[in-house]
Amino acid sequence: MDVFLQLTVSGLSTGMVYALAAAGFVVIYKASDVINFTQGDLLLLGTYLIFFAVSQTGLPWSLGVLVTVLLAVAVALAIERLVLRPLIGEPIISMIMVTIGLSSVLRGLVNAIWGPAPRAFESFLPSGDIVIGPAVLSTGRLLSIPIALAVLAALALFFRHTRDGIAMRAIADDQQAALSMGISISRVFGVAWALAAASAAIGGIMLGNIVGVSPNVASIGLRVFPVVILGGLDSIRGAVIGGAIIGLLEVYTGGYVGHGLSLVVPYVVLILVLMVRPYGLFGKEIIERV
Amino acid sequence: MSLECGVFHTRYESDMGLRRWPAERIRLAVFAVFVLVFPFVAGPYWLDLANQVAIATVGAIGLNILVGYTGQISLGQGAFMAIGAYSAGLLTLNLGLPWGVSIALACVFTSVAGTFFGLPSLRLKGLYLAIATLAAQEIVEWAMTHWTAVTGGTEAIVLPAPSLFGVRLNTTFNFYWFGVAMAAGTALFAANLFRTRMGRAFVAVRDQDIAASVIGVNLFRTKLLAFATSSFFVGLAGAMIAYYRTIITWERFTLDTSIVYLAMIIVGGLGSIRGSFFGAALITLLPALITNAGRALQETAPMVAGLLPYAQQAVFGIVIILFLIFEPKGLSKLWGNVKDYFHVWPFAYRRG
Repeated sequence: MDVFLQLTVSGLSTGMVYALAAAGFVVIYKASDVINFTQGDLLLLGTYLIFFAVSQTGLPWSLGVLVTVLLAVAVALAIERLVLRPLIGEPIISMIMVTIGLSSVLRGLVNAIWGPAPRAFESFLPSGDIVIGPAVLSTGRLLSIPIALAVLAALALFFRHTRDGIAMRAIADDQQAALSMGISISRVFGVAWALAAASAAIGGIMLGNIVGVSPNVASIGLRVFPVVILGGLDSIRGAVIGGAIIGLLEVYTGGYVGHGLSLVVPYVVLILVLMVRPYGLFGKEIIERV
Repeated sequence: MSLECGVFHTRYESDMGLRRWPAERIRLAVFAVFVLVFPFVAGPYWLDLANQVAIATVGAIGLNILVGYTGQISLGQGAFMAIGAYSAGLLTLNLGLPWGVSIALACVFTSVAGTFFGLPSLRLKGLYLAIATLAAQEIVEWAMTHWTAVTGGTEAIVLPAPSLFGVRLNTTFNFYWFGVAMAAGTALFAANLFRTRMGRAFVAVRDQDIAASVIGVNLFRTKLLAFATSSFFVGLAGAMIAYYRTIITWERFTLDTSIVYLAMIIVGGLGSIRGSFFGAALITLLPALITNAGRALQETAPMVAGLLPYAQQAVFGIVIILFLIFEPKGLSKLWGNVKDYFHVWPFAYRRG
């Protein structure tokens, strides 16, 4: 039972990082139909920026978080303006390849600036353990769950209540109609990238705290795909629940089954979902002849 | 198909030939002479690179048949190459088959595997298919590293050196001829494939699948055939790597491999045979060029030289991005522009 509790907390906290990255993916996909392979590298950027701001520059952590998010947003806006905008309307393969190219550039830059070795990072989430019955749970991991949920809830509220959020939903629904109502597509795309980067940066900050700062963080980027396919490509709620399910599945198979199966379980789930319910748990059901 | 001023085809054969004009034949002859002379002039370093280009050309043409001509996006190139390499190696090691038979069987086997992984394409399109092949890639990668009984896990598999009539084949010089023959054969097959009913059906599926099915193209059959044909050559490329290196490790067949091959056909030109070759050459030579630049800088600017491994990664990405933004049709289109410019040079009129 104690093992179960520990695994659950660890799975949920990893799952919430997945959810933050996946939410960014969903926002960009919804607004601009771009399949973003750079989510993992935005996470990576987040961990290294918080390392830069707090450990290298010596800012207090609150200011460090702010600086990290702002820098990540700036990078994302530059990416959107310089790389994505000239490609609006190009076929899917171009979109996929351009974000793969971007991911390679970002990874190369991060490695060139900070080097490939893992860095020591003093976690600023409380580091002690909480003992519940027989189980010993890490406070940092436990705390990261509500933090991520709060960020994701803020994102959902943004979609429901702000002008930009509603504009984004309008564009996702029907681009031409939205254009003719005077919605600026380029502004909405910019906002989408900024939100995705902010969400991924917060995920990156959490990862830096609970796992550490190293280039391996970027490999999480691929886990975004099982999460969004399971949750539904255009649903934030789907990203949260998908993230939690994939995170839990990974640690349970890792903890109870072993054999490195935890690496492959998300992708098996992905294939199964694609076969049975391609639009995911909460995605919009699109009927299409193939 | 455009017509050339002053060239009159008087026989059907010459009208239907792959190379219809004297200029084309001369260019091909010049290239052929270059290919034949190259190994006698070049050192082992450049020969090794040339062999890598030849293997990459086979793989890139294979991928282009699927992605560029049929429009089915695949991120599973690495997995298919792995299936080709491992089956070629294991057939020889476990059943004692001669290497040529193993390679041929490996191609067929990869083709079957490709068809199996192509099955989702009947229900999934575009993005979803890309993600499904991504999952296939991860699953095959996991099998390579964890199915120890068959693949040896993370340990490398060592193969006996292939030999032909008593001549060792896997030296850089000898393999060059094998590699060139395979690449040329693949290119010839692909060039002719898209002049047949089947090849045209592939292109029709890419351009507008519903219209294709209306004019009588069986989507089910065509997509699976595209997967089968494509993976045949991808498997060949994998098997060639296995016998060139005589060592098989899983690191050669990761998702990064899939991405590198996609980059080749994007940079070279989607739906173009010569583009596959250009892209394979550029993407294979790019890291070598950067490494050489690094060696040159080692003396004068050691600081910069230390950053080069990462610069390599960044430059790879930048090349993809620049091509997508400024020349989405790739090197093949650039080469076409050059040809058009010199077409009636030095006169002003240009075809276009």
